[in-house]
Amino acid sequence: MRKQADLLFHAVSLAALVIALVALAVLVFDIVADGGSRLSWQFLTNIASRHPEEAGVYHALMGSIWVILLTGALALPIGVAAAVYLEEYGTRSRLARFIELNIANLAAVPSIIYGLLGLGLFVRFLGMGQSVMAGASTLALLALPVVILSTREALRTVPSTIREGSYALGATKWQTIWNQVLPMALPGILTGLILSLSRAIGETAPLIAIGALTYIPFAPDGIWSKFTVLPIQIFNWVSRPQPEFKVNAAAGILVLLVLLVSMNAVAIVVRDRFQRRGRA
Amino acid sequence: MLLLPIRLASLAPIAALAVTFAACGGGSSSGGTGSSGPALVSLDGSSTVFPLSEAVAEEFQKSNPNMRVTVGISGTGGGFQKFCRAEIDISDASRPISASEVEACGKAGVEYIELPVAYDGIAIATNPKADWADKITVAELKTLWAPDAQGKVKTWNQVRPAWPNREIHLFGAGVDSGTFDYFTEAITGKAKASRGDFTSSEDDNVLVQGISSDELALGFLPFAYYEENASRLKLVPVDDEKPDNGAGPIAPGAETIRNGTYQPLSRPIFIYVSRTAAERPEVQRFVEFYVKNADELAREVNYVGLGGAAYQLVADRFATRTGGSVFSGANTIGVTIDQLLSKERAR
Repeated sequence: MRKQADLLFHAVSLAALVIALVALAVLVFDIVADGGSRLSWQFLTNIASRHPEEAGVYHALMGSIWVILLTGALALPIGVAAAVYLEEYGTRSRLARFIELNIANLAAVPSIIYGLLGLGLFVRFLGMGQSVMAGASTLALLALPVVILSTREALRTVPSTIREGSYALGATKWQTIWNQVLPMALPGILTGLILSLSRAIGETAPLIAIGALTYIPFAPDGIWSKFTVLPIQIFNWVSRPQPEFKVNAAAGILVLLVLLVSMNAVAIVVRDRFQRRGRA
Repeated sequence: MLLLPIRLASLAPIAALAVTFAACGGGSSSGGTGSSGPALVSLDGSSTVFPLSEAVAEEFQKSNPNMRVTVGISGTGGGFQKFCRAEIDISDASRPISASEVEACGKAGVEYIELPVAYDGIAIATNPKADWADKITVAELKTLWAPDAQGKVKTWNQVRPAWPNREIHLFGAGVDSGTFDYFTEAITGKAKASRGDFTSSEDDNVLVQGISSDELALGFLPFAYYEENASRLKLVPVDDEKPDNGAGPIAPGAETIRNGTYQPLSRPIFIYVSRTAAERPEVQRFVEFYVKNADELAREVNYVGLGGAAYQLVADRFATRTGGSVFSGANTIGVTIDQLLSKERAR
């Protein structure tokens, strides 16, 4: 009886995995079938055009890369610093617990809300306009809760013996955190960052809210440049009357997928390297 | 209250970073447009005008690679909001500037030059299978879309007894769009006065999708969208029951929109140029290019050009920087090219 239950659970969890993978495979197959033929070097190097066969994604691809790099650069230090405070300094206070609850809730706030916040705070109040900086700041806010939560989890996995050993050798709290705790927690921190950036790169709603739904036929040349990103270009193509643009949209989705996968691959390699160093 | 310190604390570095970058950026970030690098012309507004402005922008940049043009889509109303805050140089509008927008621009000291650039028609369409819907009168459209039809007019035979006793499913442009404003003004007599229980979308493709997959559907959408999807939709000719501008039901097309017989559902579309922005050479060049090429490009994106003589007058209007609006406040329902021309001449 116990064995059967075990077998049944095995089967159910395997079925769950298969369902998830099949759905993904069907999606990828469908997109490749629709847009695969449209992919070419020219598609990657051309900019937006009203002629579907001349249109490309260069400007949007570069925009996505600019925005996501800047988002990571903003979210990582702030998120890690906030988590270090919560986990290492303020962990016993009721305030910290209250903040922790709120951060967990913030992670579930719909992204459009962050877009409206970004519009009010970054675009208007801080006068950033519809710049790469405003977009990345908005997405960084969106990514922060996940970065903070996963960093806290990673910090918790560092054994207390490490900290105690460090203190015993006369290290200050800061030296302990910087030299011992953070390096050991780095793989977990990076995983959280990858997850949140992967979400951010596919976001459309908050960027539309800050006004990035625009024909922008050039790649950003700085953080104050106007920009568009791949999901918005795809959205734009899908909403056009000509069916040829649907093919472009499918090809655009493929480019976004490849960008996402390669971004994750780089992050995983970096993470594994740190993990090995941590164990050594 | 308790949350505030930490929120501010976590935002402070971003703000500080922004200020630092802004300081580094120096003069280049003034106004957000950037004076270093290529000159930038920014347009925003109606999704109806977007295809035309985008086509002009694309062609303009082919001949002026050192100038950049961006075209946003935030609706005619959204465009004017930004325009009156001087965030953009040119506002795309599918209706004339409204009294409240004139006031907002006036308060902010933004002066504008109003330039009609093309004509657009609103098409009434059904599913190809709805073979009974061969024509519709303006009065019947009013029966369908009047505010008091809400919840009451639900079947085809309530509009015309000869039509089937089956449900009618209504589709229309989103309530923030200039298309909706214009349609309601032309049909129910008052802008934005409409029943609320119909499927509305700012994305016209949703309407095409909806109508083409529902044989009991009837909807209104920009003519250009009908043209691109002609095989999936059936056009319903509209009879305004005024024989002096074409007797009987008339279907929209380049000819009937241009000669003013497809009434009341064809309208001029505009660009509004900020007078301050027009001082900049790149904006001036772009607007001149726009007016010069609008006729040809309008045809390409399934709009109807004003005709050569009218464009000459529009170009003159820009050259003399004639401000104000000819159309604002005036009833523009049923404005034909001829009337447009004489209004321009009268100035």
